[in-house]
Amino acid sequence: MSIQNSKKQKSEAAIVYKKKQSPARETWRRLLKNKSSVISLVFLIIVVLLAIFADVLFDKSLITTQRVDIRIQPPSLEHWFGTDVYGRDIFTRMVYGSRVSLTIGIVTMALGMLIGGLLGACAAYFGGMLDSFIMRFTDMFMAIPETLLALCVVAAMGASASSLIFALTIAIIPGNCRLVRSAVLGVVDTEYVEAARACGMSDFRIIMTEILPNALSPIIVVSTQGVANIMLTASSLSYLGMGVQPPNPEWGAMIADAREYLRAAPYMCVLPGIVIVLTALAFNLLGDGLRDALDPRLKD
Amino acid sequence: MTNTQSKTPLLEVKHLKKYFNVKKSKLHAVDDVSASINEGTTLGVVGESGCGKSTLGRVILRLIEPTDGEIYFNGRNIRKAGKREMRELRKSMQIIFQDPYSSLNPRKSVYDLIATPLIVNKMFKNRKELEKRVISLMDMVGLEEGLYNTYPHELDGGRRQRICIARASALEPKFIVCDEPVSALDVSIQAQILNLLMDLQDEMGLTYMFITHDMSVVKHISDEIMVMYMGKCVEKAPSRELFKNPLHPYTKALFSAIPIPDISMRTKKFHVIRGEVTSPIDPEPGCRFAPRCEYCQEGCVGKEIELREVSPSHFVACPFVK
Repeated sequence: MSIQNSKKQKSEAAIVYKKKQSPARETWRRLLKNKSSVISLVFLIIVVLLAIFADVLFDKSLITTQRVDIRIQPPSLEHWFGTDVYGRDIFTRMVYGSRVSLTIGIVTMALGMLIGGLLGACAAYFGGMLDSFIMRFTDMFMAIPETLLALCVVAAMGASASSLIFALTIAIIPGNCRLVRSAVLGVVDTEYVEAARACGMSDFRIIMTEILPNALSPIIVVSTQGVANIMLTASSLSYLGMGVQPPNPEWGAMIADAREYLRAAPYMCVLPGIVIVLTALAFNLLGDGLRDALDPRLKD
Repeated sequence: MTNTQSKTPLLEVKHLKKYFNVKKSKLHAVDDVSASINEGTTLGVVGESGCGKSTLGRVILRLIEPTDGEIYFNGRNIRKAGKREMRELRKSMQIIFQDPYSSLNPRKSVYDLIATPLIVNKMFKNRKELEKRVISLMDMVGLEEGLYNTYPHELDGGRRQRICIARASALEPKFIVCDEPVSALDVSIQAQILNLLMDLQDEMGLTYMFITHDMSVVKHISDEIMVMYMGKCVEKAPSRELFKNPLHPYTKALFSAIPIPDISMRTKKFHVIRGEVTSPIDPEPGCRFAPRCEYCQEGCVGKEIELREVSPSHFVACPFVK
C-alpha cells in the first residue's frame, strides 16, 4: 500500500500543479523574493516620498537663504550633509534638487523609450521601406553628439527643466529606437508570432502582447541605466548653464559648484555624489530584479 | 482516417506559386502547385527538407502572400479577401507548427495560450464561460486541468504539442494545416499525438493538410498523398494506391528509403538517389528531378512537365510512366 502511494506521488510530482494567479501578482511575489531589488525599491520610495513631501518636512526658504555665519560647515546633527559656501543646508537642497533631477531622469527615459521603442518596434515588425526610412532618420540624429544636440535645443528653447526634458528626449530616441528594433528582430520571426497572426490577431496587439514581452530584458536594463545616465547628462548641461538655473538646486549642478572646494570641504561633493550613485544603483538593481521577475522561465 | 469522403472540396488550390527574391533572382519555393482537399479528409504532403512543403502550408493560410495562383476555401477565393474578411476566415483555418518549443509564447501560461484565440476573436463576453471553454479544450486534448497555470517551459514536448492542438482547435476550425506536428517528438509520443489528431478529426469533422517527411506517419493518417520535389508536385494519389503502386522515380526512391524491419531484406540492394538537391533558384524548365533521375531522357528537360492522370485519381508528372 505504502509503495503504491509513493509511486503515485512520484508520478504526480513530475507535473507542477499550480493555483491560478494573476501575472501581475506573481511578478510582484517574485520581485519580493529578490533582496537587492527590495532594498532598492525601499530606497527609491524613500527618495520619492521625500521629494513629494519636501514642502511639509523642510523650510523651502533654506535652499536659497544665504547665511555667511554658517558657511562651509561639516556634517552635523543640525545640518546632516553640512552647509555649502553660501551657508545653505546641503541636505535640504538635495531633497529639493531631487524633484528636478528625478523628474528629468524618469520622464525623459519614459518618453524616450516610448517614442523610440514604438518607432523601433514598427521598423522591425513591418520591415521594408518603413524600416529603412525610420532607421536612416535615426542614423541622421545619431551622427550628432547627444550633449551637443541637447545643447542646441536648449539654446533655442531657453533654459528650463521642461526644455531640458524635451532636448534629452530627442537625444535618446535614436539609441532606444535602435535597441528596441534589434530586440524585436530577434522575436519577430518566431512561430508563436506566426501563430498569433494565424488566429487573426491585429498587428498592434501582436507587437504589444507577443513581441514586446519577449524583447523586454534589454529594454528594462537600458531604461534603468538610462535614468541614471540622463540625470548625469542633465547635470552637465546645468553645469554649462543650459539647465536648471541657480540658485535653484539640482544634483549635478550642486556637485559642479562644490567641485572647487573639493580639497577644503570634500563632504560638499562626496555626500551628494554618494546619493546620486546610490540612486543610480537602486534603479539598476530594481531593473535587474524586475527583468527576472517578469520572466516565468526564471521562476523560483 | 475517415471513410465518409464527401465530394465537395473544402480547399482548392490552383497554380499556386511562391517565389522568394534572392539577390536579383527568384527562389521557386512553391512552383505551380494545384491540389484539392475534400471535407473531412486528410491530404498528406511529403517531400524532403526544403522542397516547399511548409511554404505551401503557410501560403494557403496567407501567412505568406503567394506570388500567383488561386486559393478557394469553401468556394471563396481567399486571395481576394480583405483584411476584415481574412480575419473572419482565419477562424476556420488554423495551423499546428512543427516545433512546440518555439510556437508557444514562453511568457504566457497554458490558460493564456489556449484562451488567446478566443479572446482575440471575442468569442465569449463572460469570463466564466471563457474559463469553462478553455478547461473543456484542455480536457479534449488530454491535458490535466491542474496544468492550467503552468508555463510551456515546464512541460514536455508532447504536452506542449497538445497545447498547440488545443489552441488551433479552440475556434472550431474546419481546416488545419499540420506542419510536421510530430517531427520534434519522441516516437512513443508521436503515436499519441497522431491518434489525438485523428480522434479530433472524427469528432469535429476536421480537414487536414498534413505536412511531413516521415513516410510511415503519412501512411498512417492520410487519405490522399501529394509528393513534392523542389516546389513541384510530382505525384498525387490516394494513400493506399500510392503505397501499392508508386510511379514517379522520386516517389519510388522515397519509398525505398523507408526502413523495413525484416532480416531477409538485409541482402537486398538499397536504392539510393544519387547527387544532391539542385538549386531552387531560377531553375531550368523541365522535370526538377531530372539531374538525379536514372530514367532521365531528352524529353525531361526544356519544357515543364504536366501532371497526368495515369489511372483514376492517380496523377504523375513523368513522361515515361505508362
